[in-house]
Amino acid sequence: MGEFEVHRVRFFGLVPAGVRCLACEPRGGRLALARTDGAVEVYNFAANYFQERVIPGNEARSVEALCWAAGDRLFGAGLGGDITEYDLARLCAARSVDGCGGPIWSMAANSTGTQLAIGCEDGSVKLFQVVPGGIQFERNLDRRKGRILCLSWHPSDTHIAAGSIDILRVFDVCSGQTVQRIMVNYHVQKVKRECIVWSIAFLSSGTVVTSDSFGRVQFWDWERGTLLESHTVSTSAVLSLAVSEKEDSIIVGTSTGATYQFQLLPVKMGSLEKRWVRTKPFQHHTHDVRAVAHSSTALISGGLDAQLVIRPLMEKMQKKGYDAALRKFTFPHRRLVSCARKARLLLFQFSQHLELWRLGSTNKTGKDGEVLPLCRMPEHLVQLKSKGPEHIYCSCVSPCGSWVAYSTASRFHLYRVQYEGDSISVKKVPKVPKLLPPAYQLQFSADSGSLFVASARGSVHVLQLLELGGCKLLHTFRPPSGSPEAVYLLAASADGHWVAAVSGDWAIHIYNLKCFKHHCAVPAYSCAVTALAIHPVTNNLVIAYSDQQLFEFSIPEKQYTAWSRMVQNCGLHRVWLERDSPITHITFNPKNPSHILLHDIYMFCVLDKSLPLPDNSALLMNQSTLKQLPENARQRQLHAFKICKKFQPLLFADLLDENCLVMVERPIMDIKTQLPLPIQQKKFGT
Amino acid sequence: MVAPATLRVVRCGGSSLHGARAVFSADSKYLLCASGDFVKMYSVATEETLRLMGGHADLVTGIQLNPRNHMQLYSSSLDGSIKLWDFMDGIPIKTFTVGSKLLALYALASSEDSVFVVIPKSGERDTFQLVSVKLTKAAGQDLEARELSVVLDGVDASPKHIAFGREGEYVASVKEVNLQVYFFKQKQLNRFSVSTTKTKSGNNHFTCIACHPTEDCIATGHADGKIRLWRNFCHKKEYTFSTLHWHHDTVMDLAFSMEGTRLLSGGVESVLVLWHNESDRQKDFLPRLGSAIEYISMSSDGALCCTLHTDNRITIINSNLRFCKSIQGLIKSTDVKTGLVVDPRTKALVLNGEPGHLQFYCLQSDQQLFSLDIVQRQYIHQAGLNQADLVKVAFSAQGKWLATVEEREEVSDPELQLKLWFYDEETQSFKLNTRINMPHEDHITDMCFRDMDELEDDSLILVTSGRDCVFKVWVMVEDTDPEAQQRVSWSCDFVGSYHNYQATNCCFSEDGSLLAVSFEETVTVWDSVTWDLKCTFCHPPGKIRNICFGRLTCSKYLIGATDYGFLCCWNLLSCALEWSAHLNVLVLQPDPLSEHIAAISWLSKESSLFVFKPNEPRPIYIQRNLCKEKIQLAAFVPRDEPEVIGSEKYLWLRRSQLFFLTDTQELMTLSTKSLEERLTPSSKQLAVEESLPVTPFSLLLGKHRRQQSQEGTDLRKLVVHNKHEQDSPAVKELLHTPAHVLPSASFLCPIFINSLLISKENKSAEEVADEVEMESEKTDDDSDEERDVTEMEQEDTSPVELLGEMTCKLSKAQEKELRKIRKMDYSWISAF
Repeated sequence: MGEFEVHRVRFFGLVPAGVRCLACEPRGGRLALARTDGAVEVYNFAANYFQERVIPGNEARSVEALCWAAGDRLFGAGLGGDITEYDLARLCAARSVDGCGGPIWSMAANSTGTQLAIGCEDGSVKLFQVVPGGIQFERNLDRRKGRILCLSWHPSDTHIAAGSIDILRVFDVCSGQTVQRIMVNYHVQKVKRECIVWSIAFLSSGTVVTSDSFGRVQFWDWERGTLLESHTVSTSAVLSLAVSEKEDSIIVGTSTGATYQFQLLPVKMGSLEKRWVRTKPFQHHTHDVRAVAHSSTALISGGLDAQLVIRPLMEKMQKKGYDAALRKFTFPHRRLVSCARKARLLLFQFSQHLELWRLGSTNKTGKDGEVLPLCRMPEHLVQLKSKGPEHIYCSCVSPCGSWVAYSTASRFHLYRVQYEGDSISVKKVPKVPKLLPPAYQLQFSADSGSLFVASARGSVHVLQLLELGGCKLLHTFRPPSGSPEAVYLLAASADGHWVAAVSGDWAIHIYNLKCFKHHCAVPAYSCAVTALAIHPVTNNLVIAYSDQQLFEFSIPEKQYTAWSRMVQNCGLHRVWLERDSPITHITFNPKNPSHILLHDIYMFCVLDKSLPLPDNSALLMNQSTLKQLPENARQRQLHAFKICKKFQPLLFADLLDENCLVMVERPIMDIKTQLPLPIQQKKFGT
Repeated sequence: MVAPATLRVVRCGGSSLHGARAVFSADSKYLLCASGDFVKMYSVATEETLRLMGGHADLVTGIQLNPRNHMQLYSSSLDGSIKLWDFMDGIPIKTFTVGSKLLALYALASSEDSVFVVIPKSGERDTFQLVSVKLTKAAGQDLEARELSVVLDGVDASPKHIAFGREGEYVASVKEVNLQVYFFKQKQLNRFSVSTTKTKSGNNHFTCIACHPTEDCIATGHADGKIRLWRNFCHKKEYTFSTLHWHHDTVMDLAFSMEGTRLLSGGVESVLVLWHNESDRQKDFLPRLGSAIEYISMSSDGALCCTLHTDNRITIINSNLRFCKSIQGLIKSTDVKTGLVVDPRTKALVLNGEPGHLQFYCLQSDQQLFSLDIVQRQYIHQAGLNQADLVKVAFSAQGKWLATVEEREEVSDPELQLKLWFYDEETQSFKLNTRINMPHEDHITDMCFRDMDELEDDSLILVTSGRDCVFKVWVMVEDTDPEAQQRVSWSCDFVGSYHNYQATNCCFSEDGSLLAVSFEETVTVWDSVTWDLKCTFCHPPGKIRNICFGRLTCSKYLIGATDYGFLCCWNLLSCALEWSAHLNVLVLQPDPLSEHIAAISWLSKESSLFVFKPNEPRPIYIQRNLCKEKIQLAAFVPRDEPEVIGSEKYLWLRRSQLFFLTDTQELMTLSTKSLEERLTPSSKQLAVEESLPVTPFSLLLGKHRRQQSQEGTDLRKLVVHNKHEQDSPAVKELLHTPAHVLPSASFLCPIFINSLLISKENKSAEEVADEVEMESEKTDDDSDEERDVTEMEQEDTSPVELLGEMTCKLSKAQEKELRKIRKMDYSWISAF
């Protein structure tokens, strides 16, 4: 695998925001997720749960509820009182409508997706009509005191159940009248605590399912207003609830981090009598599970510990594969770190600020596995705070370290950083060309002479950076056939000839920088691109897809290389294909052109194209066994994938020079210490 | 009664009694338990043993009520037979011989005339199969049942590993990590398994299974303490289970309530857990049940449940989880270190009971009298924890003082405590008088009181011998401290040693004048007044294992047994070896009431008993092959009144009874009587009477009994009363004998009619009774009742005799007429 001097960086203090709500696209393969900082993410089930779209948050726009309506339109509502529709092609909030009822706690779309109901702080339930190009206020339902915390439509769209404090109400949609009100804490009158109905679901059988702050999941007959079943699942609150499409399974999330599944099971074999039975408990989270979703094959839960957990239902699985394994996502599926190789700087992107660090250095050498003493400590050089409520979309530092660029939803910023001995000056570059914000990805060329800005509608802007501290727009590349989707990944060649851009429809276009024209497009592949890079020597484009496939495309020859074809013929190792997280960064070793360096959250891999591919019977992670083998046996066991799992979770890895690596880790324990204390629970034996 | 020719070895308690779940009778009045080779019937109300049904030749492995007749019981045994009992009368109705070993028995209401048993698979070791056995309906008592059909293969041998589901629709069996469910109607077999991961708290192997009575739900217990509730198991893939977890160690047994709304579970924590509605959150506990719960069973009306514990206790618990009754015989403790000691006051056998407790076990009633907490520390159920336990116990001659030694097993230095308890007459219990920490530097090997009946208080001396090479003499001293609670306390008076050898045994002579202490190979004899060393004996090579003095006429002898298999008898007057015999003696036990000494040897895997008198080297009685197990302890228990023993050979059993305890903690005794006699007749009768349904006959009988109980001052009433007494044997004969063993009506009728006649003399009634006895020899199990009745008559004769003149005397003519009637042929009645 080769020996490297590794900078093990642990000073990137990223704390991912907690998951606030989840929404499965009806009859679709996508999951929308909103975080507590207002960011909205879309995961694609078909692309191995790849986080294909991220709409950064906004301080002024919290999201309390998300729902899909009218096909694939995504709406969000929050405590700001606005209903926002998201533009998933341009990755920004498209338009907002004031709900006129104070903070909005809940929102639900009817089964056809033509109407939205919102539950407001003032106790009102309002109906909105989903029309092309926006939504329209339709009517108010019967208003009573008490905030509406949760809403659910009856599948026939005739009634709405709304949960409030101590009470749940059922509205008739036609008349707008309250047709049933049920006191949920009737059975615990001695307790003077208020009982908050955190979540509600209206089943087609007329059963209303509620989860409340007393830790109960209750099943009500709405017409008679009677309690059918009550299950106490937790001593603390049950915060979230989701029903499967067939209405035979329910998942609930509690504030202790446990989730439980309820199943509608026949009491006897062959009999029609069915009963809800609490079946499987899962403890994947440490904090509140604020959101749960039930896809057709999996239970999905998101917690304040920022984890998204996808637990497949084994009985729904036809075969073992990627879908049949438990998935946990904590970190975004994209890079938040950029590296200035020559200047040995790291730029960390936070939601509202950037941090520029200089790496430490050592003058000692040592053996494998040894920790070298530092002669210069890593240094926090600059912190750049973005103004306004908007969160940062993307950022980049130039290889020479003298340029830093970032973009928010409405503005693009370019800074020139000058180092004079120990002092540093940061100067904002004036007169930045007026581009259509936001930029979705920024990439400096290898000589730091130009900046590529990924923009909406598949376009890539090329800015020329001037020595004196100015810049100008050189050219704008557009895909020849046009594209509505924004570009989200860029790769520039080291010789400055080529730039490759990936847009949201997963099409990869390669542009020639010398003559500013479209060179070619990589043949379409039905999966999301997670990382790509252009080899500095051969100008081959290496592409990693979210189904863990690797392709190598020769730019000059406009075709896949022989190695890539060989890989496709042989197939990759099974263990490689079943890995958890997508590859987020690819880089190369100029000294050893056959090496490709790639990494995901849990591993760092040196792919040696000169060695044979492992077959399924071979051990993929064989580095530790190789070490123990004698030299001649080792030669026989060698294969192309050299995997190191020492650094976890790995957010970024890059090659600084021929034998120097930088690894950016973010230990889970460090995140846990930043979170509030979880609910104290007595554990037996402690 | 003529004594049988041979002594029988009778098991009277202990061992691991419970081989299967207990069964409540249909009316929940009786509890039936498999207990060793027997099936025991207890009364739930009185905790008494009502019946002991013997007949199996090996351990009883399963008992089930006959689903079609709740008065009948099936039992299976390792001897390969299934017996059908009428448990109300305690008689076997039928015996079905299956052939192979039967390890568990299940009976189903839905399966006509067949039961399910677990048998070993032929040709393969340690594999078992569940088969259904067709019980043929042929006449006769002993039947062959060879019609077997295999239901499930690869099941586990334990009866807890198989359960039948709702209405016999399916059967579920667990083994290691696999669960298999077989549906009878669909002929479908589903297999499920749990992951084999081992956790800190143990593996998750299945340990027990129970099926919901009305729903398709299976509860399984696991070795890591979890309970899984399986549902939807008719689908191979979409099955699901939920988990209940409270137990920290193996779940030993599970039981559903009759409606299925509640689930009971038990384990080594000795806590019964009641789960409501299969919910993890709602549960109730019944803690401190004494020892690990082995089996749980529910009564059919759901009002009671019963737990069988590893220490042989049976606890009956009512439906709101309140402790109700406890049936306990000899408690099985982890190790009997104290030996068998007889409490002089109650004649109860005293030995280790619950951890840290001393149990007083009544031999007559097979019941625990009480349990004395000696260690007085909380016992924690956890493996590998060294906890203080009772190791030695001794009573003074009158039972006024009790000395106990407890120690905590530590490798380097043991923690010892000697406690002296005084019997408080007011509270009728022992009260702690003196506690001595570290009486010896090392383990105490033996302890004895000086047994002097007359001069109890002044001359009471306690001697302890220890491995620290000394023996210590403890005496009572007056407490001078005015604030002391007790008048007296104990302190050390003398410390003796001999050449720095470890003291192993100590023993006082009968008159208390001499103390013998053995030091490894040597026996030393000390004067108990001056504490001078009088003489020493030794029989090299070999360390002394047991010593004892002879009694009564043989008090000049000292007996010792050595490691090298010698039994020596020394004469204390001549200080010479009188005789010695080559015998590997494990237990040497003198009878306190006679000269006899019992020695139990262990040779070539069998125990033998030798009874001898010290003055003659030839044993009086030898019984080879007493039992297969190693006998650890023995004790002579004085009889309340000397028994009449016919044979000269067994004269040594006249005044005391010998009990012995094997290494499986089975208590046995030698008896000259037959088994039936050992049961108290009154309890038998109780069972019959309680079970009587309300019929005109029972009303008649009830009236009759009421009259019996009335104590009439009226003379006429007394006469009537007597007359009824006289006729009772025949009435009882008719009413109490099971119908199927009754002779024909024509046979019974004259007896019955006769009994209704007013006889002239008391004697004639006796004749009638005798007649009945003679004529109904077939119904031999009723003989007890009859004897009982005749005894009653004898008691009642006195008032009759007193009132002799008052009884109406019949004229001679009348008598003749009556005689005619008696001789008449009543066989015509049988035509009806």
